[in-house]
Amino acid sequence: MTLREVKEILDAEVLVGQEQLDKEVRTAFGADLMSDVLAFAKAGSLLLTGLTNPQVVRTSDVLDIAAIILVRGKKPSPETLTLAEELKIPILTTQFILFETAGRLYQRGIVGCMERVDEERVRP
Amino acid sequence: MDLATIVKALGLKIRHGADLLDRNVTGGFTGDLLSDVMAHSSEGDLWITRQIHQNIIAVASLKDHAGIVLVQGNEPAADTLEKAAKENVPILVSDLSGFETAGKIYEILNVRGG
Amino acid sequence: MTKNVFAHDASLYENRFPVEGGNFDKAGQVSSQIKAILKRMKLSSEIIRRVALVSYESEINIVSYARKGHIHIQVKPDYVLIEAIDEGDGIPDIELAMQQGWSTASQRIREMGFGAGMGLCNIKNFSDFFRISSDVGKGTHLKMVIKIDKVFDGI
Repeated sequence: MTLREVKEILDAEVLVGQEQLDKEVRTAFGADLMSDVLAFAKAGSLLLTGLTNPQVVRTSDVLDIAAIILVRGKKPSPETLTLAEELKIPILTTQFILFETAGRLYQRGIVGCMERVDEERVRP
Repeated sequence: MDLATIVKALGLKIRHGADLLDRNVTGGFTGDLLSDVMAHSSEGDLWITRQIHQNIIAVASLKDHAGIVLVQGNEPAADTLEKAAKENVPILVSDLSGFETAGKIYEILNVRGG
Repeated sequence: MTKNVFAHDASLYENRFPVEGGNFDKAGQVSSQIKAILKRMKLSSEIIRRVALVSYESEINIVSYARKGHIHIQVKPDYVLIEAIDEGDGIPDIELAMQQGWSTASQRIREMGFGAGMGLCNIKNFSDFFRISSDVGKGTHLKMVIKIDKVFDGI
């Protein structure tokens, strides 16, 4: 689905990346801990998180994350927003908790990504 | 919805609490930051986390969660199991990611009614 | 020195629980005990939930950052008074410490899911009255009140 559809499903606000809403996404990963994002998140995935510091953006950039979805109404710090704008990484924010956010996306066909970064696996 | 239904539907592995599966699950909460879980989760929630250390038991107990589901095949630490037994906290393991685990539990609770 | 407005009512229950700094094995035990006691006293679940959270965050702070401390709880007819007093390095900049996300936690502590910098904020948000004082090199003192009777305005 497109980021636009993600926005609708989550009743989300687009903070960065209004021009990228046609971007396609198929997978999602939820994380509270930075080390988990680094170890498990897959390129092109959505990152569902409550982390609002600039490190989330840096990591997303390194891992080619499609967009950051901040849950539970969390708002990024000004530095985080600036960095996201600079690196062109979309940030959306939703009122739903991580559990419900995952639930809603999963119901609409988004799947999880479970590979460790050091494993290669061919996706069908 | 009782915990047994969810365990069966997801094929969760039971590490503690086979006798506690008649517990009522009224919601779910995903989180690895314990302050978050303390502040925002609710009684009756199934707590989905990758934290395996024994401090998760105190949190689940204080919040009266229905149980804890460890994701990505993470196994609870030995002292976690000991505490789980003392505090009567069901510990379940899912081989799926946190996202998929939450997705499936959400689906069951909302589609079949919880 | 502010007058201690909380000393006057007789306590329905009072106890003082020691907390060992650095002992993550035992962390949370005091809060669990307090919760059990409040349940036996048949306080409302809302009150119990808030006291449990405030007690837990205080307890974790002592374990994470202090050498030792204790949690003193007094249940009065109209409110619950919780004090968390520790011996440790203290907090040099309280305003900074109260900022959401600010944390001096070690990597080990963060990996456990503690140290996200929300503890003091949570305590403040869940209390009806909150005071924090600290002496660098000596320790920190938290004082929290959770009202039982909504009409009460003794503060």
